[in-house]
Amino acid sequence: MSKVRVLVGTRKGAFILTADGTRDDWTIDGPFFGGWEIYHIKGSPVDPNRIYTSQTSGWFGQVIQRSDDGGQTWEPVGNRFEYDGVPGTHQWYDGTQHPWEFARVWHLEPSLADPDIVYAGVEDAALFRSTDGGQTWHELSGLRRDSSGHLWQPGAGGMCLHTILLDPERPSRIFVAISAAGAFRSDDSGETWQPINRGLRSEYIPDPKAEVGHCVHRIALHPSRPQVLFMQKHWDVMRSDDAGESWYEVSGNLPSDFGFPIAVHAHEPETVYVVPIKSDQEHFPPEGKLRVYRSRTGGHEWEPLTKGLPQRDCYVNVLREAMAVDALDPCGIYFGTTGGQVYVSADSGDTWQPIVRDLPAVLSVEVQTLP
Amino acid sequence: MIRVVLPPHLRSMARVDGEVVLEVEGAVTLRSVLDALEAAHPVLRGTIRDQATQRRRPFLRFFACQQDLSHQPPDDRLPEAVAKGVEPLVILAAIAGG
Repeated sequence: MSKVRVLVGTRKGAFILTADGTRDDWTIDGPFFGGWEIYHIKGSPVDPNRIYTSQTSGWFGQVIQRSDDGGQTWEPVGNRFEYDGVPGTHQWYDGTQHPWEFARVWHLEPSLADPDIVYAGVEDAALFRSTDGGQTWHELSGLRRDSSGHLWQPGAGGMCLHTILLDPERPSRIFVAISAAGAFRSDDSGETWQPINRGLRSEYIPDPKAEVGHCVHRIALHPSRPQVLFMQKHWDVMRSDDAGESWYEVSGNLPSDFGFPIAVHAHEPETVYVVPIKSDQEHFPPEGKLRVYRSRTGGHEWEPLTKGLPQRDCYVNVLREAMAVDALDPCGIYFGTTGGQVYVSADSGDTWQPIVRDLPAVLSVEVQTLP
Repeated sequence: MIRVVLPPHLRSMARVDGEVVLEVEGAVTLRSVLDALEAAHPVLRGTIRDQATQRRRPFLRFFACQQDLSHQPPDDRLPEAVAKGVEPLVILAAIAGG
């Protein structure tokens, strides 16, 4: 029988939640790396026992951990992230230029083909790649060089490269997203890049239609149709049907089009999930009701999913990395909250139950579907 | 013989209990002690000082013999008591944040 392994990064350690395919009875392991911020944990799609973890601390800096036995044991690997050449400067909050400084790894994206290849999205925003299982890291500096890096500026959470999507149909194509710069695409394995922000409109920047400067929160795609992208922006839920060449808004009837995560159903490329948040000033759900919204039409028309979720006095947030889907049928949807709950729906979002209620604030959720 | 006290998180990382004991060739300075510490425990590279600039991480401090040595130039000699192993070099995680 299939089983699922949910990899949870929190403010104070990592947790691994496992269950069989019914997704009813859960085992909670952890904390791993207790006391450290775990921005992201993700397993290799080629070798599910190979898992990479970003472990960070304001005191001790960045550590990358690797497991080769499904998370039972861990080994620190390389943590030297040096920008290629002279790092240069980017826009600072006050409009001046500020030197690029490495802070932490927000996202680790293992290759679709080789468990030793893994990409790291970092703050200050840059993309790194390791081809030796995380021992050494090299910046793909064309992203900053070709994409007007000096015009990028930090969002409230820092200037982070938080989304990395690898195209399963075109192995040389990579999408990334940066707060607050926008979305970018490479068609040559990360050597050269172009901004892909046409159609985005952000009223909070001097030129609402600027080529870069948009606060993209998350992008998602369905592996069977990787030219279609869904985006949760700072405000607005957006869609592209041409690999990011142009975007149009699909927020439709959402109660708020502000939010952080966005995810696509494992078997239905037009079924999309978001978690509306009241505003950028109040990072909690509208009306104190925790609602996932699902569109079965690729956007525009959204339905609230509430069964099993708190519908009063709920003021948690769901961060950009904290939603994921499994590959079972029916598809399982998972998300974690800043209040420490991890919820699962084993029926594509119709009903929800908490897997665990009292973890530290959840930063990231990833799911592995295992044989 | 040089004695070094690590903060608890770094003891866990290095998988050591209690003090770390190191042999240091030549002058006993912050740089030579940290070089020896990182050579003995490579997992600590980058956690105490930046790997590129070699600068102390902002929220870590160095103490020995009742003195704050955090701002001492890295090639200055450490106190005689540290060099003789009478007193440890203490690497302390500052109380900052929550």
